[in-house]
Amino acid sequence: MTNHWADIKHADVIVVMGGNSAEAHPCGFKWVIEAKVKNNAKLVVIDPRFTRTASVADIYCPIRPGTDIAFLNAVTKYLLDHDKLQHEYVNAYTNCGFIVKEGFGFQDGLFTGYDEEKRDYDKATWEYEIGPDGYAVVDPTLQHPRCVMQLLKQHVAQYTPELVERICGSPKEKFLQICELIATTSVPDRTMSSLYALGWTHHSKGSQNIRAMTIVQMLLGNIGMLGGGMNALRGHSNIQGLTDLGLMSNLLPGYMTLPQEREVTLADYMSTKRFKPLRPGQTSYWQNYGKFFVSFQKAFYGKAATKENDWAYDYLPKLDVLAYDVLRAFEMAQDGKISGYVIQGFNPLMSFPNRAKMTEAFSKMKFIVVMDPLQTETARFWQDHGEYNAVDPKAIQTEVFELPTTCFAEDEGSLSNSSRWLQWHWAAQEAPAEARSDIDIMASLHLRIKALYEKEGGAFPDPILNVNWPYEIEDAPRPDELAREINGYTLADIKDASGAVIPAGKQVDGFAQLTDDGTTACGCWVYSGCFTEKGNQMARRDNTDPGDRGIAPNWAWAWPSNRRILYNRASCDPQGKPWAERKKLMEWNGSRWVGFDVPDYGPTVAPDKNVGPFIMNPEGVARLFVRGLMRDGPFPAHYEPFESPQANLTAPKIRGNPASRIFKRDLAQLGEPKDYPYAATSYRLTEHFHFWTKHARVNAILQPEFFVEISEQLAAEKGVSRGDWVRVWSPRGSIKAKAVVTKRIKPLMCDGKAVHVVGIPHHFGFTGSTKPGFGPNSLTPVVGDANIETPEFKAWLVNLERTTPPAVPVA
Amino acid sequence: MADYTSLDIVQRSASTDQPPTVRSKTEVAKLIDVSRCIGCKACQVACQEWNDIRDTVGENTGVYDNPHDLSAKTWTLMRFTEYEQTGGELEFLIRKDGCMHCTDPGCLKACPSPGAIVQYANGIVDFVEENCIGCGYCIKGCPFNIPRISQEDRKAYKCTLCSDRVAVGQAPACAKACPTGAIMFGTKEAMIEQADHRVVDLKSRGFDHAGLYNPLGVGGTHVMYVLHHADKPEIYANLPNNPHISPLVNFWKGGFKIVGLASLAFAAIGGFLHYITAGPDEVPKSEEQEAAHDAEGYTK
Repeated sequence: MTNHWADIKHADVIVVMGGNSAEAHPCGFKWVIEAKVKNNAKLVVIDPRFTRTASVADIYCPIRPGTDIAFLNAVTKYLLDHDKLQHEYVNAYTNCGFIVKEGFGFQDGLFTGYDEEKRDYDKATWEYEIGPDGYAVVDPTLQHPRCVMQLLKQHVAQYTPELVERICGSPKEKFLQICELIATTSVPDRTMSSLYALGWTHHSKGSQNIRAMTIVQMLLGNIGMLGGGMNALRGHSNIQGLTDLGLMSNLLPGYMTLPQEREVTLADYMSTKRFKPLRPGQTSYWQNYGKFFVSFQKAFYGKAATKENDWAYDYLPKLDVLAYDVLRAFEMAQDGKISGYVIQGFNPLMSFPNRAKMTEAFSKMKFIVVMDPLQTETARFWQDHGEYNAVDPKAIQTEVFELPTTCFAEDEGSLSNSSRWLQWHWAAQEAPAEARSDIDIMASLHLRIKALYEKEGGAFPDPILNVNWPYEIEDAPRPDELAREINGYTLADIKDASGAVIPAGKQVDGFAQLTDDGTTACGCWVYSGCFTEKGNQMARRDNTDPGDRGIAPNWAWAWPSNRRILYNRASCDPQGKPWAERKKLMEWNGSRWVGFDVPDYGPTVAPDKNVGPFIMNPEGVARLFVRGLMRDGPFPAHYEPFESPQANLTAPKIRGNPASRIFKRDLAQLGEPKDYPYAATSYRLTEHFHFWTKHARVNAILQPEFFVEISEQLAAEKGVSRGDWVRVWSPRGSIKAKAVVTKRIKPLMCDGKAVHVVGIPHHFGFTGSTKPGFGPNSLTPVVGDANIETPEFKAWLVNLERTTPPAVPVA
Repeated sequence: MADYTSLDIVQRSASTDQPPTVRSKTEVAKLIDVSRCIGCKACQVACQEWNDIRDTVGENTGVYDNPHDLSAKTWTLMRFTEYEQTGGELEFLIRKDGCMHCTDPGCLKACPSPGAIVQYANGIVDFVEENCIGCGYCIKGCPFNIPRISQEDRKAYKCTLCSDRVAVGQAPACAKACPTGAIMFGTKEAMIEQADHRVVDLKSRGFDHAGLYNPLGVGGTHVMYVLHHADKPEIYANLPNNPHISPLVNFWKGGFKIVGLASLAFAAIGGFLHYITAGPDEVPKSEEQEAAHDAEGYTK
C-alpha cells in the first residue's frame, strides 16, 4: 500500500477492483465501513461476481475477467475528455510534460520495437528526449505532440464507453456512473482510495492492470494524499515481508537486484545503478544504491567482504536468465533438470498452475523437503486418493522429507503487513512435539552444509564457508538477533549528517547512516530503523493518533523511516501548503517540513528548490509514461487473457500479452473458445485462509466443501440444479464440484454475445477437515505476467457439464 | 461501559413465584446493522469458540449458508439471500440469525417446566438446561423459530446473548469478533439511538424504507436489526413481518390453562359421582379367561 489500512477511513470514494477485500481481508475492511459510516464515502465494486464486498457497495458493476485495462483506460479517457484532472498536481508532479523520443509509437496493439520471435521489445524509443544539458526535455505547456500528456490522450482515445461495453460486458450506464463518481475526486479536498489484490496481479498483464489505475490516480491527484493511494492488499500476514526481503530468484533484500551473468564485476553491476537525475536538482534516492549494497554484503559476509575483493561480489550467484520464477522452475523440473526442491510454507501442488504438470515434475525429482506446520497435499502428491489425486504410488520414486515447523503463534518475530508496518509478535505457546522454527531448521541446514564443505571442499566453497554467522546459539539464531542485523549496525566509528560520531558496534538509526566504505552493515536497507539503539521499534504499542489522521506514529514501525503515507510531499502544493485543510498531512513552516507523518522528502528542503515529491525516480515526478521500465509497454494496453472467449477487439491478431513468456508445451495446451466456451476465474473465500484453515474444524463447519459458482442461465442451459455435481474441464485437467447456482453471476453481453463466467474457489484439497475437493489449478494455464511471471489464475477457459460424484479409493 | 451486569431474574417459566425485587433495570440490546455486514461468519466462529460448541462438518448444498440451519450446536447463523429489486438491481442480503431475546418471550410463555427459561432484568432470555424437560414447547412458542432440541441430551438450546460475558461487563462474543462493527452492543436506549443515525445514512444512500427492526408484537426485542428495507423484513431470509406469540401458546398458558384445570376437576368430580351412583367397575369372568388365554399365547 502507498497508504495504509487505517488511512482508508479518510477516503471519499473507494474503488475495489481486482480484489474482494470484504472476503479476503475482512478485518482490514473495517476501515472501508468506517469511511462509509463516518466520512460518507461511496464504495464502488467492479468484479465479475457480485461478491460479499459488492453486498455493501453503493455501485456494483460487472466486468469480464481479464479486461480491466480496457475499463481503466476508458476511465482515463473520460477524465481527459471531461477535463476532470487536478491540473496543478498533474503539471507539477507527473511527467506529463516530458518529451518522448522520436519514433515511439503504438499500432495494431504493439508498441515500437516488437520482436515476435523473442516475444520481447527493443525499448530504445521508449525514452525521453535528452537535451544538450543532459536532462530530459520538458514542455510545460503540454502542447508538444510527443509530450507524455499528448501521447496519453492519443493512447486512450480508442477506449470509449461503447468499447468498454463490447470488451468488458460492463453496461455503459454503470460505467459512466462510476466515471462521474471517480471524477468527483479530482478536486483538491476529495480523494479516492484504490484497493486491489490478486484480482489484478493474477493476469498475464497484472502489472499493467495496476499501472492503468495508477494513471487514473495520478490524474486525479490522489497519490501521497490522505485517503488516497494505490493500495495493494496482501494475501498473507507477512507476504509484504517476503517482497521486502527479496525472496525472489532475481532480487536481493530491499528491492536490490541479483547480478546478471553479464555483470561480471562489481563495476559492471554498479554501472546500471547510477540513477543520474533526469531533471536538475532531483533527489533520485537510488543514487545511494552502493551504500545499501555494500552494507548488505558486509552483513552477509562480514570480514570476508573487503574493498579489495569488491565486497565479495563474486560470492553472489549470477543469473543466466531474467529470473528462475516458479513457472520456469517447474518447466525445468518437468524436463528432469531439478533434482530436489525445498518447500517452505507453501503448497505448490495445489497452488501453481496446471496441477498435472506439478505432479509430473515432482515425480521426476529425487527428493522434496516440505517444511510446514500442517499436512499439505504437496507432501502427499504420491498418494492415491482416487479421483482427488489419481496417481500410482509405485511409479513414483521421489523421496519426501517432512519437517514440522512452528506456526505463527508458536514463535517470535515481526510480520510486515500491507501497510508496510513491521509488527513484533511473541510466542503464545510452545511448539508441539518435534516442531522447530523455520529459522532453526534453516540454520541447522546451513551448518551441516558448511561442515560438508569444510570436510570435502568443493568447486567454490567460499560463499558458504564465509557467511557471517554471529549468533549466540549457532543452530538457533534469535529473532531479535536477526532483526538487529536487518536494521544495520556500525563496524567502525562513523559520522552522522550533523557530524556527530557514532561509535563502532552501535545500531544505526536508519538507512541515511549507511556507507559504501565497509563501515556499516545492514541486512535490508528499507527496514533500517526498525531496531535501533532505542530498542525494538516494531514492538511499540502506543496508538495515540495526533490530529485523528490515522497515523499513530508510535504504533509498531513502518518502512521506510516510519513513514505511513508514501510520496506525502505531494499532499502539499508546490509552495508547500496542504492542498486542503481536511487532507492535511504536513506543511512547510518556513524552515522545515512539519506535520503528522514523517516527510517523504528532505526534511529541510525548501519548496522553491523545485525538488519533485517522487524522490526515488530520477525524474523527481511520477510516471504516466514508464519509459522502458516495464517489459510490455510504457502505457497499459488492452490484451485478452491467453485463453479468452473473445478475440482482442483492439488488435484481433494478438493472443494474450505479446510480451509474456510462454513455454512450447504450455502453448500447445491452450484451449479455444469453441471447445471451452466459458470464462473461468478463481478466488478465495472468506471462511478459509489458503490451505491452513481447512485443517481447523471451526472453519470446515463454515465452508465444508469445494464448489463452483455458475449463473442461473448457464445452469438452465446445462440442466444443473443447485447442489448438483458438475464436471469442469480445460485442456489441462478436469475437476468435479458441487454447483452453487447464483444470481450473483450473470452472463455478460460482450460484443453481442453472452459470455458465461464460472467461478472456482481455492482452498480445498484432499487433506484436512473439509470434504475432499479440488482446486482451480487443475485447470489453469501456465503463463504469467510479462514482468513478474505471476500466473494467470484469474482468467482462462473451461467447459462444464452435469455429472456424478467423484470416486474415492477403497480404504 | 454501562453496568449491564444484572442477572436478576424478572420472569421464570411455569412459575407463580416471580422474584420480588430487581436491583437495576438497564435493558441491554444487540444491534445488528445488516447494511454493514459482510457475511464473514466471524460471529459464527466466536459463538462456537466462546460457547465451546462444534456442529458437524456438513456439505455444500449449493449455497453459502453453512451450517444449513440453527441447531443445538449452532446458535447463530448467517443467512444469505439474493434479492432482485423490481428494477432488476441485485442485492445480496446477509442476516445473522439467532435468538431475538423478546421482551415478551414466547418460549418462556410456552415452557411448562418451572425455571427452565428465565428472563433477566437486562432483558436477556436464557435457557437453564438442568430444568429443561426437552418437551420442545419453546419451539412452538417462538415466533422466530430459534430454539433447537439436542439429539444428545434432549434439552433445548439457543443463543444466550452471552449472558455469562454480559454478567461481567463484556459484550457478547459475536459483537466482539465482528470486524466491521455490524454487531453492536450496549443499552437498548443507546442502540436505538445508534440505529437512528444509521437509518439517516441509509436513507441518504437511496434506501427510502430503511429502518429499525424491533417488533412490538413481542414487546420489542433485545436483538434488533437495522434493515435497508424495513418495510419488507421477510426478504431477509423470512424475518417475520409482524411476529407475535402463537395464539395457541397464549391459549394454552391463558384461557386453556383454566379450562384444562376445570376439565380435570370436572373429570375427578364426575368419576367420584359415578362411583357413588354406579359403584366400582367389575370385569366379567369370560373376559378374564380370554385375557389369560391371550397371555399364554404370548409366552409360547
